[in-house]
Amino acid sequence: MVRPLKDRIRGKYMEYFIQQLINGLTLGSIYGLVAIGYTMVYGIIGMINFAHGDIFMLGGFAALIIFLILTSFFAGIPVALLLLLMLLVGMLMTGLWNWTIERVAYRPLRGSFRLAPLITAIGMSIALSNFIQVTQGPRNKPIPPLVTDTYHFGDITISLKQILIVVITSILLFAFWYIVNKTPLGRAQRATEQDRKMAALLGVDVDKTISITFIMGAALAAVAGAMYLMYYGVASFNDGFIPGVKAFTAAVLGGIGSLPGAVLGGLLIGLIESLWSAYFSIAYKDVATFAILAIVLIFKPTGILGRPEVEKV
Amino acid sequence: MTTGTTTMTKETILKVEHLSMKFGGLMAINDFSFEAKRGEITALIGPNGAGKTTVFNCITGFYKPTMGMITLSRSNGKELLLERLRDFEINKVAGVSRTFQNIRLFSGLTVLENLLVAQHNVLMKASGYTILGLLGLPTYKNAAKAAIEKAEYWLNKADLTDRADDPAGDLSYGAQRRLEIARAMCTSPELLCLDEPAAGLNPKESLTLNALLRDIRDEGTSLLLIEHDMSVVMEISDHVVVLEYGQKISDGTPDHVKNDPRVIAAYLGVEDDEVEEIEEKLDKGIIEEGAV
Amino acid sequence: MAYTTENNQSGLMAKAIKEGIFAGLIAFGMFLLFVGIETYQDINNQLVWRTRWGLLAVFVAVAAIGRFVTVGFIKPHLDARKLAKAKTGVLEISDKKSFFHRHFLKIALVFLLCYPFLAMLIVGRQGSLKYVDNFGIQILIYVMLAWGLNIVVGLAGLLDLGYVAFYAVGAYSYALLSSYFGFSFWLLLPMAGILAALWGVILGFPVLRLRGDYLAIVTLAFGEIIRLVLINWTDVTRGTFGVSGIAKASFFGIWSFDVGAANNFNKAWGLPSSSVYYKMFLFYIILALCMLTAYVTIRLRRMPIGRAWEALREDEIACRSLGINTVTTKLTAFATGAMFGGFAGSFFAARQGFVSPESFVFLESAVILAIVVLGGMGSLTGIAIAAVVMVGGTELLREMEFLKHIFGPDFTPELYRMLLFGLAMIIVMLFKPRGFVGTREPTAFLKERKAVSGSFTKEGHG
Repeated sequence: MVRPLKDRIRGKYMEYFIQQLINGLTLGSIYGLVAIGYTMVYGIIGMINFAHGDIFMLGGFAALIIFLILTSFFAGIPVALLLLLMLLVGMLMTGLWNWTIERVAYRPLRGSFRLAPLITAIGMSIALSNFIQVTQGPRNKPIPPLVTDTYHFGDITISLKQILIVVITSILLFAFWYIVNKTPLGRAQRATEQDRKMAALLGVDVDKTISITFIMGAALAAVAGAMYLMYYGVASFNDGFIPGVKAFTAAVLGGIGSLPGAVLGGLLIGLIESLWSAYFSIAYKDVATFAILAIVLIFKPTGILGRPEVEKV
Repeated sequence: MTTGTTTMTKETILKVEHLSMKFGGLMAINDFSFEAKRGEITALIGPNGAGKTTVFNCITGFYKPTMGMITLSRSNGKELLLERLRDFEINKVAGVSRTFQNIRLFSGLTVLENLLVAQHNVLMKASGYTILGLLGLPTYKNAAKAAIEKAEYWLNKADLTDRADDPAGDLSYGAQRRLEIARAMCTSPELLCLDEPAAGLNPKESLTLNALLRDIRDEGTSLLLIEHDMSVVMEISDHVVVLEYGQKISDGTPDHVKNDPRVIAAYLGVEDDEVEEIEEKLDKGIIEEGAV
Repeated sequence: MAYTTENNQSGLMAKAIKEGIFAGLIAFGMFLLFVGIETYQDINNQLVWRTRWGLLAVFVAVAAIGRFVTVGFIKPHLDARKLAKAKTGVLEISDKKSFFHRHFLKIALVFLLCYPFLAMLIVGRQGSLKYVDNFGIQILIYVMLAWGLNIVVGLAGLLDLGYVAFYAVGAYSYALLSSYFGFSFWLLLPMAGILAALWGVILGFPVLRLRGDYLAIVTLAFGEIIRLVLINWTDVTRGTFGVSGIAKASFFGIWSFDVGAANNFNKAWGLPSSSVYYKMFLFYIILALCMLTAYVTIRLRRMPIGRAWEALREDEIACRSLGINTVTTKLTAFATGAMFGGFAGSFFAARQGFVSPESFVFLESAVILAIVVLGGMGSLTGIAIAAVVMVGGTELLREMEFLKHIFGPDFTPELYRMLLFGLAMIIVMLFKPRGFVGTREPTAFLKERKAVSGSFTKEGHG
């Protein structure tokens, strides 16, 4: 996505900058979607779901496999339908996975030793990425480009897939915001987040609420995974870790537990990454992300939109 | 109960002057001053939400006060401003130790280990900041032995000798309270601050506690305690300070305080015709209703 | 409890069948795409797919039958046993066990001292190479790393997900200083430890006021930053190519293990030329380093600093109220842990003769942390057992040639190493959330030393 160097030298600074903003926003949307899963799970049961990055990777693989099957059976399938099916199947698939993972590996340890769920989550992350490595092979999986249209505005190029990513993200965010803020399910989620015991006493089915939270987080991650596949055109069993950590960084940056914070954090991380690559060095772009994570946590551990935590004596 | 006459001659150990503490927009403590005398038990009482624990946390370094001065006079004549010390220095340098309202023991360590942790700074020095101790020099061995003796002394006082090798988390509530006090005493403090030591104790445990506190005072440590239970306060304190809505409303001997109409009003509520007076106070903005 | 046993039994079976079918359906949904379909590249490098219905059926059947057996037989059995135990009132911790423990340690030490010779006796000189190097040295490196991390996580309760950074600092310290300046292993070993400890302080200082998960994430970030710097700072570290040709450790400067050297160890002792002797020597070095780590940990636990670490894990606020400087206490824990990581790192570089950033990925940190937690935080014995089980177990997988006869010649057991490692982490945690050894040995006692049950110890806030 980086524009050739000669354009930079010719002095089109503004165009170059805007181009980077657009690239960053696209990437940031993907991170934001994954970050929501982290932030919701952290909010509701207070654990870092280390395996969430790998759920994102699973979503990408589900989309990839559906893509292969559909294109081989129906060669002339409309792209919109294809994309829709990739997203839907991916969401179903990862929702099922995350539901099972929570049920099998996290729920029995709820309320136990604090490190135990963290260790199972790390174990799950290792197991998931290696499961895909074993079943689908260790090589990168390239797919032909899905959407190739681009639009030119002067010197700025916007591809259709970038527009798609931002639009789909926005729609999902709106739907999601609606669910959390306007429905009984959302109310149950917020109540469980505040005080699990009290919510249970007041008739909220806490287990079910937590399960649904995991499913919702996974569904968003699946969409992100599918769009990541569409954007880069390649999937690998290893894809869970780095984007996962970046999305987690986004969640922390925005203030963990805060949904708008996760989106904001995702966009910021995306922007930082693309601007850093464009103006400083591509090699150190991940260092920049991690350094920002460290700096934010050290100086403002509650993030941009997070609630401050008071030390009780 | 002691007579009020002797207290006048005693020197001050802790002087709190114009202490104010603000949380956001809420004035939790408003221009609060009092003194505690050496060798006495001073009680800080007041209804729920009066700000007692906040005062306590300011004195023991867990909060930095918005305004005011907290001076501690050590027996060697040194004067220290507590609000300028770092949290751990309150104990290490100023010799102030404290207990907590919701007991904070090292529950996975044994009772004895709890008391040894309290002697950290002494033992650290004796072990040459770990390095000499690692080499097995006798200075540390002797110090370690002395530390265990000191722990035994306080175990005995707190009636916990039988439980010395059990995990602290395994003790009954009353025993945990006593252990927390014994642990605080193992730091050899000059001023011991107790946050509601009698809370949750049954009458029998309460009596043992009173005896322990008197014992500590008679050995020369001054005490400052927050208490809710008036019977405990009246029985063991030499000096009582009453706090309501972040302000001092009474100060004196237990007898004096007991008969102070403002204290009675604060604790028992007020007659109908006095409600107006309280409402006036509210209007003046001294009190914030949410503060309760 | 109005049901008769018979009723209960048939009800249980019905439930087990229902749950089994349900699990089968779930498994079908989960594995339909990932197992049922295989994607691969054809000769034209085009991504294509084929079905694997047989394998999918196996997965579904395993899930269904597994669930059926668990619900129908294993769970009732476990419940009955628990009930019987509760009835007899036998406590889980008995003194006899700890008595056995002490003897177990002596036996283990003697075994370790004889291990290389035993291996040589049994499988011969060349055959023993694998057992000394892949099993012995490999496991002991992890034991040492886990014991080092144990100081930070197990004792001080500070969750560190970037421990591998200090391992990397140690390894690169030796690799670079010996390549550029020609310093010897015995000079650089302590230096690597000191450098790693220094990095522990530098990285530790800003993050120590963070608590719990936040600390974990920042340490993870630092670990990754160090790795990325190692990759990208190509002028010094040679990037992903790594540093190769690192000097071997010498026999305390007296004999060399380099084949061409005049004072070659094997020649001096009239031994046939074989790398086994160097590996044996390395085995004893890492064993000695492990013993040093254990000795220091045991001694420190009985000293004020070690007690302060454990107190910090239990309650930080109470520590401050007792005059303990929590910042320096945490820093010393961080630095001590880092130092042992540094020692292990420089040993690793000397053993491999090659270091690259690939050896210091997050996965390594996760594995080391997993060993600490699986072993039982704070327990040296438990951690050593966990290292043997987890590292030895996955190494063993490489050896399982007979599996090829079952699954066909294409089957490569190594591929399943990390998958099984991850699954093992989950399973051990589910059954033993406090690790193999859940009890804690007190550091001082008045009358008798009683182990503290894991239900009392806390895991720290940060």
